[in-house]
Amino acid sequence: MTTDAMDGGQALIRCLENEGVEFIFGYSGGAAIPVFDALVTTRTKIRMVLVRHEQGAVHMADGYARATGKPGVVLVTSGPGATNTLTGILTAHMDSVPLVAITGQQIRPMLGKDAFQEADIFGITMPVVKHSYLVKDTNDIPRVVREAFLIASTGRPGPVLVDLPKDVTSGPCTTDLHAEPDLPGYHPNADAFDRGEVVRIAEALARARRPVILAGHGVLIARAERELQLLAERIQAPVTTTLLGKGAFPETHPLSLGWMGMHGTAYANKAVSECDLILAVGSRFDDRIVGQQDRFCRDAVRIHIDVDSAEMGKMIPCHHTCVGDARAVLQELLLHVDALDTAEWLARIAEFRRRYPLRFRRKGGLKMQHVIQEFYRMTEGRAIVVTDVGQHQMWAAQFYLTDHPNRFLSSGGAGTMGFGLPAAIGAQFGNPEATVVAFVGDGGFQMTSYELATAALHRLPIKVVVLNNHYLGMVRQWQELFYDDRRSGVDLEGNPDFVKLAESYPGVRGFNLRRGADVRKVIRRALDVTDGPCLINAEVEKTDNVFPMIPAGKPLEDMIVERPRHRMEKPTGST
Amino acid sequence: MNAPATNATNGMPAESHNLSVYVANKPGVLARIAQVFARRGYNIDSLVVSPAGDGHYSRMTITAQGSREGLDQVMRQLAKLIDVMRCVDHTGEDAVVREMALVKVGAGIEDRTAALQVVDHFGAKTVDLTDRSMTVLATGESGKLDALVGLLSRHRIIELVRTGKVVMARGEQVT
Repeated sequence: MTTDAMDGGQALIRCLENEGVEFIFGYSGGAAIPVFDALVTTRTKIRMVLVRHEQGAVHMADGYARATGKPGVVLVTSGPGATNTLTGILTAHMDSVPLVAITGQQIRPMLGKDAFQEADIFGITMPVVKHSYLVKDTNDIPRVVREAFLIASTGRPGPVLVDLPKDVTSGPCTTDLHAEPDLPGYHPNADAFDRGEVVRIAEALARARRPVILAGHGVLIARAERELQLLAERIQAPVTTTLLGKGAFPETHPLSLGWMGMHGTAYANKAVSECDLILAVGSRFDDRIVGQQDRFCRDAVRIHIDVDSAEMGKMIPCHHTCVGDARAVLQELLLHVDALDTAEWLARIAEFRRRYPLRFRRKGGLKMQHVIQEFYRMTEGRAIVVTDVGQHQMWAAQFYLTDHPNRFLSSGGAGTMGFGLPAAIGAQFGNPEATVVAFVGDGGFQMTSYELATAALHRLPIKVVVLNNHYLGMVRQWQELFYDDRRSGVDLEGNPDFVKLAESYPGVRGFNLRRGADVRKVIRRALDVTDGPCLINAEVEKTDNVFPMIPAGKPLEDMIVERPRHRMEKPTGST
Repeated sequence: MNAPATNATNGMPAESHNLSVYVANKPGVLARIAQVFARRGYNIDSLVVSPAGDGHYSRMTITAQGSREGLDQVMRQLAKLIDVMRCVDHTGEDAVVREMALVKVGAGIEDRTAALQVVDHFGAKTVDLTDRSMTVLATGESGKLDALVGLLSRHRIIELVRTGKVVMARGEQVT
């Protein structure tokens, strides 16, 4: 190689710089050595965060992307390094998170020959990526990187995989690094939408007496929070969100119903089941939201605004559909809507609120809800909250209100246990000044607790709150309610001492929390730690249940707000 | 086509659809398209792929059974793929639909005349002839080929190869 010729790895790093990449979350390995070498030889300013497991790398990139709105970047090796990213890629795909996953690969002549650490990651990931590449020519790298970032971050975002054989990254790159994308079949629908349909939507709104707005993650992705709030205030419509839509509308706003669905607020679910018009923006009518499909808002006018045309009619047939960017469509809609008189409807909703508040009983053992609510008060609602998956996730969503975009990060569609800690690390890298709180259960935490090493090494002041009930609590809850309390595969006996585990990593502080009386004191100590991670092991009540609850596949009207006295039939409509 | 044999019709009446999909000629395109069908439980009845345009594109003609609602979803998912330029359903539309068949018939010298009468009637051709067999080439609508094959099966059919349907919209419409 002559001194001024670049190899593929160096070209890749330069292209990532051109995309504005700040961090690469990665793990090295044989097939990726040329790229890791280029991190040194190019003297790049991109920071490579060495994780402890490739799944952690993807969740970190995912948390970074959700918290900043910028695509996250992952760099791993071939074979097992690549397959270890699969759960993280699924997680990002289900929740429309922009990611670029770069995998090393065996050299081209060895492809398909079962060579060492060869895996067909292009084929394995095909159903869970927005798009993917197996790069066969070094000179294709600049175009592929440009296309990968464009695809990942526009339209409905998602993960893009770029598989790079080692001889491609070692070979000379002789082409211009500023390549144009060549994507004749990609139409992300940014601004093109049916304006006539928007007028018809405005006309439908004008006729509504009991409207509800359902705001999903798409509102956050499109940065349409302001337009949404203007619309809600003008037509005086209550707003509920999906779990991932938390932050699309301030939850402390008088028109906010909080989030709806299986464990959402009772008043949101009541409002949606009684509305005469539902305007869904940037939501895909997930089964956790709609319950029984053919009963969902059966008698209401249903309107769907989404950037992805494949979501139209997928779950819920709607009277009006508009495919387009949420912000652009709402801006247009605002030109056509006038104030509505919904005073009677809002009075009825106020009654729902009085009758079915979110609450918990403080007597008995320490409650997860208590810990979460105190965190909300003591951080004044300003923290970036990251959750794992399970009971604590639902309570965190219920009791940590979200007023701002990209401040509540959770694995919604995939429900990936182990997401919480690494996603919190990624969020903290992207927002070094923010207070980042990771609420995790004792189950999910142990799936990725090894990333405490990464947090410790970089002295990230993350608050890891292990809400420890010594159970896989959500499954135990289902077994209690639907399977005669036969507990099977849910008892996490054998948990380590989480405080000792945390403190075994250099610079990590650990606190035990056992009594309700100590909650504020322990949180204060945790919030005062600013030079590194800390962990709170909260020994909470072992067998508490999350309510409200809509049994899976049941209509919203079947919501229960407390433990029923009778045995319930097993859900069959969904998992 | 590596897809489950059941058809996901969700209780809706199943009908045969002819989809024309115009795609970038890149590795993996066929796998991505097959996956959209397989994941939703659709079986592909026939599939024809050939180069189109300047060689940077391919034309796929896919025949599948399913309800209109179900296949609408499939088509939206297909159109969403980055490598798919467009996807059109030509079912019940004014389109030319044709198929080609090669039939190797075990007709010796003594019963050849009868077989040739059938071939002639259908406007087919013999493209290979031996003492014991003849190979017939026929083109036409699928129903016509079904009828031809039915009549030739009175002789011994040694082998049968059909191309699957190709479709083109009539007149000014785009395929």
